[in-house]
Amino acid sequence: MINFTQDAGFGLRGRNKSEKRFQWAGRGAIAISLAFLVIMFFSIISTGLGALQQSQIAVTVDLSAEEVDPENVGDTSFNSLLKKSLRNAFPEVESRKDKKRLYGLVSTEAAFEIERQITQDPSLLGGPQTLWVTASDDADLYISGQVDTDLPEKQRRVSDAEIALLDKLMASGAARETFNKGFFTSGDSREPEIAGILSALMGSFLTLLVCFVLSFPLGIGAAIYLEEFAPKNRMSDLIEVNINNLAAVPSIVFGLLGLAIFLGYLGLPRSTPLVGGMVLALMTLPTIIIASRAALRSVPPSFKEAALALGATPVQAVFHHVVPVAMPGMLTGAIVGMAQALGETAPLLMIGMVAFIVDVPTSVLEPATALPVQIFLWADAPERAFTEKTAAAIIVLLTFLILMNLIAILLRRKLETRF
Amino acid sequence: MPDGTLIITRSDRPRWRDNIIIGIMAAAAGVAILVTLGIVLSLVFETIIFFEKVSITNFLFGLEWSPQTAIRADQVGAEGSFGVIPLINGTLLISAIAMAVATPLGLTSAIYLSEYASKRARDWVKPALEILAGIPTVVYGFFAALTVAPFIRMTGGQFGLEVASESALAAGMVMGIMIVPLISSLSDDVINAVPQSLRDASLGMGATHSETIRKVVMPAALPGIAGSLLLATSRAIGETMIVLMAAGLAAKMSLNPLDAVTTITVQIVALLTGDQEFDSAKTLSAFALGLLLFILTLIMNVIALRIVKKYREQYD
Repeated sequence: MINFTQDAGFGLRGRNKSEKRFQWAGRGAIAISLAFLVIMFFSIISTGLGALQQSQIAVTVDLSAEEVDPENVGDTSFNSLLKKSLRNAFPEVESRKDKKRLYGLVSTEAAFEIERQITQDPSLLGGPQTLWVTASDDADLYISGQVDTDLPEKQRRVSDAEIALLDKLMASGAARETFNKGFFTSGDSREPEIAGILSALMGSFLTLLVCFVLSFPLGIGAAIYLEEFAPKNRMSDLIEVNINNLAAVPSIVFGLLGLAIFLGYLGLPRSTPLVGGMVLALMTLPTIIIASRAALRSVPPSFKEAALALGATPVQAVFHHVVPVAMPGMLTGAIVGMAQALGETAPLLMIGMVAFIVDVPTSVLEPATALPVQIFLWADAPERAFTEKTAAAIIVLLTFLILMNLIAILLRRKLETRF
Repeated sequence: MPDGTLIITRSDRPRWRDNIIIGIMAAAAGVAILVTLGIVLSLVFETIIFFEKVSITNFLFGLEWSPQTAIRADQVGAEGSFGVIPLINGTLLISAIAMAVATPLGLTSAIYLSEYASKRARDWVKPALEILAGIPTVVYGFFAALTVAPFIRMTGGQFGLEVASESALAAGMVMGIMIVPLISSLSDDVINAVPQSLRDASLGMGATHSETIRKVVMPAALPGIAGSLLLATSRAIGETMIVLMAAGLAAKMSLNPLDAVTTITVQIVALLTGDQEFDSAKTLSAFALGLLLFILTLIMNVIALRIVKKYREQYD
């Protein structure tokens, strides 16, 4: 007789152990992926937060009538005025080289900042005034405590002499850190301390606007046709296969299409949100079509049948009774598609949206750049201070993406409670 | 008319108006075909002009890639060399690293989520993994270049290994993490499609849960999983930003993951950004690379989508 219990129990302990190992492998895999996500977010956020703070240095500028003509403020050389006040603050600095170092503590924009403050508030004129100006990127690194003074002088961006000057400023309260408003209100710049994301943000907005205006009507039109009206023939099959494949085409290929056809053949203006939006519209089209079809399919057929039975034409039945119910789902698809488009970089590089843009674009026909492209450009810049800016721009980009996805999730919830 | 009779008449809206609306929507659906046609035509035309300047055999089988614009017209090697093999080498090396990272992580997560995890855990972990898929690739590229590459270089240095600052390993690893949710969600669908009766039969015969998964569920799901891996590979091959920011520019024949290699996509960007003459061999070669990339990924996608679709229907 066979002893079942003994045979079935054979090696059971080992088998149970391997069962446990198998489960732990699964948990481990999920943990590794999520840990990567956490580390990446942590690393980017901790790097980027620094860019939201900006260092400023107080300079006492002589704005009396001998220096600045109140009738003709624009004629003043604020640059030499600024240098003079820096020299006054540090009378011990004498050699040419040391003076140059001293002037380097404030941003090259500092003279313009003084001029701007006076234009805004002419009552400053008439005597010596203490004004805050932006510190240079290297000085900012030291003031915000990012310079490792234990390193040998050659290995850091800030020299011992500069540190001595900055220490004196900080001890006298003439250096402070403030919220970096300029990051959100100005365009790109070669100087990291005054570079902002507004021009890129506006470029992204205009590009997405074009993208949405083109891809949403086209996408839901195609989806309604394919789902409700298309005859089941080879042509519909071909379109169906085509859309699925289009969704998997590498994004850079769409960029090549834009370069060859929109720029080369149609001669549309290079580097503009118009062309960028057109290329991204073609890319998001499959996403919108696939999501919209799923939304249409989820509407119970009885809705349409009831309308048809009451004498509506098929077009009336679909547009009056099916489409309104499927709308939240379609919008969700569109928002997800827009979020994808917002993060897309490679096709925009192909159509020349990598230009250095200082001015904020106001129309879709002006050269512009987009937020992800700005991130790519800053990530490539050699100045160390740009690393911080890049991470901060990424935080802004991710914030927008999270917002868009939240809206999509809320819309989907609303749709789910429908039936 | 007697009381209580409801008369239903067909809407008196003219038929032709409906037909116009349907026609407009059909045209919108046709745009999808036009896009594909546009891609193929634009790439093919430019590629044909390219092959008038550089022979197709040199392009497909050449072992050296160094496109350059001639300084003098009669200079030796004025047109540079356009051998695509080193680029394919680099592309495949980085994709292989990415898949080596993503396959075990993606598959085991998918198995755990579909076979073991409670509904609550699923509801939390799945969207969390999907976040990885929603992050723009430029963000991965920044992280790869800023954090991962120096880390690998430092770690390698401690073991006395020479690691390039733009190593294939850094780009490949980060790309692998990016692909994890793609593999896990596709495989999850496939594993869920395996009929419960197969599992019940195996468990009824005394197999443990993990034995059932390894010996019954997995073999049954294998074609679908193969399809999802193929789709993921095609994604890795076409990925641009991560490699552009974290991998190198120099074309090199190397299978060493610690070397800097370049990819087809990186070269397309490098050739087309900055100043360019529209009909130089250098510019045109980008379109030839684009066509190669398009054909390569298209073949993989068509096969993968067909497998996945056929497989889903099999158990429906």
